[in-house]
Amino acid sequence: MKMKVLSGAAALGLIAGSASAEGRLSIYHWFEYIPQEILDKFTAETGIEVTMDTYDSNEALLANLKAGKLGSYDVAVPGDYMVAIMKNEGMLDMIADGELANVSNVEDKWMNVAFDPGRKHSIPYQWGSTSFMVNRDVYSGDIRTTDIIFNPPEVLKGRINVLDNPAETLVLASMHLGIPQCTTDRDQLQALDDLVQGAKAYWASFNSESAKDVLVSGDVAAGMIYNGFGQKARLEGANVEYAYPRQGYIVWMDNVVLLKDAPNRANAIMFMDFLLEPENAAAVTNFARYTSGVKGVGPFLDPELKTSPEQNPPADAPAGSFIKVCDEAAQKVYDQIWTRLKQ
Amino acid sequence: MPTVSAAFAPLRNWLMAPSWLIVGFFLVLPVLLMLVYSFLTKEFRGGVIWEPTLAAYDQFLFDRGLFGDAPPRLQWAYIQIFFRSITQAAGATFFCLIIGFPTAYFIATRADNAKVVWLFLVTVPYWVNLLIRTVSMKFLIRDNGPLNEGLTALGLIDAPVQLINTNVAVQLGLFYSYLPFMVLPIYAAVERYNFALSEAASDLYAPKWIILRRILIPVVMPGIVAGCILVFVPSLGAFLAPDLLGGAKTFMIGSLIDEQFKGNAGNWPFGAAAAMILLLLVLIVLTLYARSQSRSKV
Amino acid sequence: MRRGFDIKHYGGFFALTCLCLFILYAPLIIVMIYSFNDSPSITRWESMSLRWYRDIFTGVESEKFKVAAWNSLTIAISAATVATMVATAAAVGMIRGGNFRGKSVSFALISLPVMVPEIVTAVATLIFFSAIGFTLGTLSILVAHIVFCIPFAYLPISARLQGIEACYEEAAQDLYATRWQTFRYVLMPVLGPGIVSGFLLAFIISLDDFIITSFVKGSGVETLPTAIFGAVKQGIKPNIMALSTLLLLFSILLVTCSYFIGKRGEVTHSEP
Repeated sequence: MKMKVLSGAAALGLIAGSASAEGRLSIYHWFEYIPQEILDKFTAETGIEVTMDTYDSNEALLANLKAGKLGSYDVAVPGDYMVAIMKNEGMLDMIADGELANVSNVEDKWMNVAFDPGRKHSIPYQWGSTSFMVNRDVYSGDIRTTDIIFNPPEVLKGRINVLDNPAETLVLASMHLGIPQCTTDRDQLQALDDLVQGAKAYWASFNSESAKDVLVSGDVAAGMIYNGFGQKARLEGANVEYAYPRQGYIVWMDNVVLLKDAPNRANAIMFMDFLLEPENAAAVTNFARYTSGVKGVGPFLDPELKTSPEQNPPADAPAGSFIKVCDEAAQKVYDQIWTRLKQ
Repeated sequence: MPTVSAAFAPLRNWLMAPSWLIVGFFLVLPVLLMLVYSFLTKEFRGGVIWEPTLAAYDQFLFDRGLFGDAPPRLQWAYIQIFFRSITQAAGATFFCLIIGFPTAYFIATRADNAKVVWLFLVTVPYWVNLLIRTVSMKFLIRDNGPLNEGLTALGLIDAPVQLINTNVAVQLGLFYSYLPFMVLPIYAAVERYNFALSEAASDLYAPKWIILRRILIPVVMPGIVAGCILVFVPSLGAFLAPDLLGGAKTFMIGSLIDEQFKGNAGNWPFGAAAAMILLLLVLIVLTLYARSQSRSKV
Repeated sequence: MRRGFDIKHYGGFFALTCLCLFILYAPLIIVMIYSFNDSPSITRWESMSLRWYRDIFTGVESEKFKVAAWNSLTIAISAATVATMVATAAAVGMIRGGNFRGKSVSFALISLPVMVPEIVTAVATLIFFSAIGFTLGTLSILVAHIVFCIPFAYLPISARLQGIEACYEEAAQDLYATRWQTFRYVLMPVLGPGIVSGFLLAFIISLDDFIITSFVKGSGVETLPTAIFGAVKQGIKPNIMALSTLLLLFSILLVTCSYFIGKRGEVTHSEP
């Protein structure tokens, strides 16, 4: 018994000890979005120990931070519209002028962005698009249409995965119907609700994290996916093709933000500077297969990225759209549509 | 001689205090707080406001249309999720019983040495991490997984049978998760069963299946009921099997609650209300069980 | 006796037992076999190798798994230790404390953590911790684990204590032994195997837990189940199968140990 008490006490001591270590950085990040090697490199260069939790949608990030996790992470990586929402909610800390040594590495077109003018709270991480991929062994017809997801051909019915992300799934559905985002028109909203309720019968699963795996393993024959994540599915050997539908598709930029009440604010700034080094930004791009927003990454990039079909829309593809921040009245209806869909 | 020993009676309160305090403070109090939370208001973008409301229960019971202004109708969606959970749990219990009873009976009637080995074989999976068992099942039943490949190779099927993301997969997962829970209590009951009863009946020319149905099963019924409870209750609130083996159409209570706290919804009051309703369901089942136990003792 | 007349024998029960064991083991064995697959794809079989076992110890994710394994182990040992002490005290109080008012309430309280569905406990604990401002981290997992380990530690200990006749303690007290001496030198030696079983059961239950841990864990803290779940969400990878196989062997080792301890306990118990 005495031994047991001692070993228990020792274990308790160890737990308490590891929790108070100096030089930490706590990251809240999307799943499978940063290579372990780059985190190890950061630790090797700075001696800062990195811990990371992951989320699978911008909405989950917001919900979890609001539910009391704010104050335990230093940085997070929200998408464009979510940066704006988090800023309005007062969840972001300000980066002072001159605090970031490498801020000049940000590409000019990503410097003055609508969701964070002047980059006061964020730096670019990666940007890309969201639409869907189709297994060409199963279906060889036209895939450049959102019908693939919302009104699929017979062979794809019941073999479709959609992202478990309300914003992306509902915006793509809006594009399918040709209705604007954040609409308050009741007929349009009703049509949107009817569309997804009807299409649900064709969908096998709602999953973001396994979106790539289900395509590679053949569990589904078509699925909504981000372009880089989809490219990884193709590189893993699946005969899948990414579509740039004529009705439109989503473009986004994910950004590293400095969170309010960050426990290790100085380390967070160091990490942001680290990610703005072209070599490191390129390493992230080579891993995640999106596009960096940092100057001078060219020499470090995998040459295949230049010509990949996922990163290079066909000439006649329409421009993609960013997701808009809706006002409370409209957003509540979208939330309601999503809740009803997931029931 | 069931006389009550009181050797440590003077120290009783000191001995009991740690368990009272720990369970009281870290379980009873939290459950009461959860009850309070289920009556709070959800903030627009997540989080709670300390304003009392019945909104969570209203959302559970009534459908007020897309825009929240239609006349309230009974909300079937959540009732369906609960109903699906109950039928899935009942199905798992049924199949566990069908396989578990003969197994428990077979083991209990072995010679002592063999009994130990059989029992050991049944207990090992119970000690193996539930997550790992569920993941193994997921691996086995994938469209291109070993099960489908094996059946195709044997010529039993032409194309892979879709199991993953179906109710059948969830059912299989629950059955597989809790099967040992069914075997062990029935085994214990059969082991205590006095086979002289069966022999007496046999001497009176009762057929074996009648003996099983009319004598053995009634006598070991407490073990069967205990096994059913041990399978049914955890199946009802299961999270891993529906989450890993089911898809969009197999939502169960566990996933519904999880989604409110960790998913996109961020609706704590509604999650608390759903958890409260689940707890209520389980308490009803346990109360019925306790009633039946006390009646059978009389 | 002719087989047909064996009153205990029912045709088909043997087959069903084999089916039961087949169902229980088939998935585990398949995963075990595939963990030796050299291919990075889980669908194609290439050749036998220990590649994925090396990967869990030296690969990119090895550090994550090591930290998670260490967290799991320290939490399980600490939680099982505290729960066993609390449960032992409670068992002595309940079974050697005479009849008292509130005995059935006390029993209900101790068994409450097994009766409340895990997901409900998880939700309630999360709400409670966030309401009292208790920072989520390793400590929050430990506290939650202690609570639900108590009944699992209590059951074997109280079962054993009920089987020990009170005359030994009474004799010891007649010989002017203090209560502590009675407990330490008379009760403990006979109760020992029950305490060890209780500890092992609590240990494995803590090690096994996923739902409650995933609700109350703090930022960056992972236990093995939450780390495995996180990895599996994106699809089953061969290194996860290797890790699962190792955990499987660990569980078998534990159940074998507990079996032999229980066996030894029976022998020492039947001696007097």
